[in-house]
Amino acid sequence: MNEQEKHWLVREKTIRLLWRGGIAMLFLLVMADFFIHAHPYFQIDGTFGFFSWFALVTCISMVLFAKALGLLLKRKDTYYDNE
Amino acid sequence: MTMSDFPPGLVLIIGAFLLPIIGQRLRPMLTLGLPLLTLYLVWSLPNGTFSTLSLLDYNLAFIQSDSISRLFATVFSIMTFGGSLFALKQKRVLELVSVFVYAGSAIGVVFAGDLISLFIFWEIMAVASTVVVLSAGGKRSYQISMRYFFVHVFGGTLLLIGILSHIVETGSTAFTAMEPNTFGTIFILMGFLINAAAPPLSAWLSDAYPEASFSGAVFLSAFTTKAAVYVLLRGFPGTEVLIFIGVFMIFYGIIYALLENDMRRILAYSIVNQVGFMVTGVGIGTEMALNGVAAHAFTHIIYKGLLLMSAGSVLYMTGRRKCTDLGGLFQSMPLTAFCSIIGALSISSFPLTSGFISKSMISQAAADESLTFVWFMLMAASAGVFLHAGIKFPWFVFFQKDSGLRPSDPPWSMRLAMILFASICIGLGIWPEYLYAMLPYEVTYVPYTVTHVVQMLQLLLFSGFAFFIMLPLMKRTLTITLDFDWTYRRFFRLVLRRLFATIWKIDGMIRRSFLAKLDSGLNYLAQRHEGPSSLLSRDHPAGSMVLWVAVLLAIYLLISFLR
Repeated sequence: MNEQEKHWLVREKTIRLLWRGGIAMLFLLVMADFFIHAHPYFQIDGTFGFFSWFALVTCISMVLFAKALGLLLKRKDTYYDNE
Repeated sequence: MTMSDFPPGLVLIIGAFLLPIIGQRLRPMLTLGLPLLTLYLVWSLPNGTFSTLSLLDYNLAFIQSDSISRLFATVFSIMTFGGSLFALKQKRVLELVSVFVYAGSAIGVVFAGDLISLFIFWEIMAVASTVVVLSAGGKRSYQISMRYFFVHVFGGTLLLIGILSHIVETGSTAFTAMEPNTFGTIFILMGFLINAAAPPLSAWLSDAYPEASFSGAVFLSAFTTKAAVYVLLRGFPGTEVLIFIGVFMIFYGIIYALLENDMRRILAYSIVNQVGFMVTGVGIGTEMALNGVAAHAFTHIIYKGLLLMSAGSVLYMTGRRKCTDLGGLFQSMPLTAFCSIIGALSISSFPLTSGFISKSMISQAAADESLTFVWFMLMAASAGVFLHAGIKFPWFVFFQKDSGLRPSDPPWSMRLAMILFASICIGLGIWPEYLYAMLPYEVTYVPYTVTHVVQMLQLLLFSGFAFFIMLPLMKRTLTITLDFDWTYRRFFRLVLRRLFATIWKIDGMIRRSFLAKLDSGLNYLAQRHEGPSSLLSRDHPAGSMVLWVAVLLAIYLLISFLR
């Protein structure tokens, strides 16, 4: 299927644009930390950009942990079929 | 009993049995009308205790109405209405009947004023939900529904043991706040937790719910676990162990959903995750936390119903359920994709959706109580929810690659149900005051502050960023992930099979050696006394017999003389 026949949302150009727009939005959100009054409960949660890096780090760790657990516990989806 | 104190749940239970009798054309009037009538009855009940009945020495109260029970009964009725609208195309009457009994008994549970009537509705709920799973049809559903049933019968037995000991210990059947410090209350707590899909027996949920029909799963997602949240909220507020159980459930749900390929199993694991938030909130136990739990149960039922409706629509239109088979459906199912995204944003508590105004209260309660560990866990989990349900579900079903499938949006009744629930999600997000007014305690919480909105957006969008940069690691495979149900589906079976194989082997050895001994013993006797005049072949002359009879008679005579 060539680019023009594809739905506009899945064309290469749109996807590139979405990535750029997305990253610009993330940047602006982090910058917004300059303008808000954080009222931290545990100190560290009041530091600059805390919610951004915390989300990034915990999400990547969760995916990696899931991946590791998957190595141990994943089976073909026909595993229980002969019951 | 007047109309105003008629147990609202009974409307659905009695109505259920009218469904097969009336014709196909009138049935929609009942399936849509009865939930609305129930809702009306729920709201016309004043606070207080009604519908009491004396059974033996105990008083049963079928209705104990207050703000908590009203809130749960309201959302159960709305769910039954929306689900029935979605299920108008469901041709299996058995499913509709069981769904109505199921919903009615769940409402029965939330109005039950004493432990005995609670238990009665609890068990009706277990049986009815089993029939919902069973009614999908086929050998597979039969096996799954039986596994589901055994877990719930086990949970029900624990609850019954708990209730009976509690009544013996305290002499009261009242259902009030308890602490798990006696034999009875510990068993009651365990019985409740099994229905909340708490570890270790949590696999019943992801095992059974995704096997129900396209509409059955929508109903199943709402009642059992949330009725369990209700009884925990009322029975065990502030029980510390629930915090740890809840946090475990939150991460268990995220990790297993991340590994899952079946779209409805992703959502099933995410139910455990969301119930985990509520269980944690019950464990924190402050007014803010309990308000959060009640609000979150309300919003959760709606957005999870919506998500399962969108998954049900895809299943209904394509007959497929694995992420590996799906993708690109947004092009031909725009409305379903849109509603699914609304549900996904709500479950991730995006600002302007219902999840934002409810879940934030639970994490706020953790912050207020200075529960550092819990708060950081809840924040990580909020990011994780966006990861496993908020993006993963819509992405792999509606976007991802182009699967080449071009199904249209589902029939109008299903579309209407999704639009209704999506509107509730957005409506509650914009006007939280209507939900806050229904909560058990006064709400001082303000969800929309600039700081909170910016922080939540950072948390969610960076979690989304993590999703897309980790996408190569998330490639779907045709796999399942072993869960606790493996122990009773494989391990116990293997152990029992081995055990019996060993028992039969030992038994066989004993029998064989005994028979061999017997054989050789007989052979020995036969050999020893071989020949015509030997012991075994000798003949006994009649004369000796007469002699012996005479001897016996003489002895008899002698004895009779002696007496």
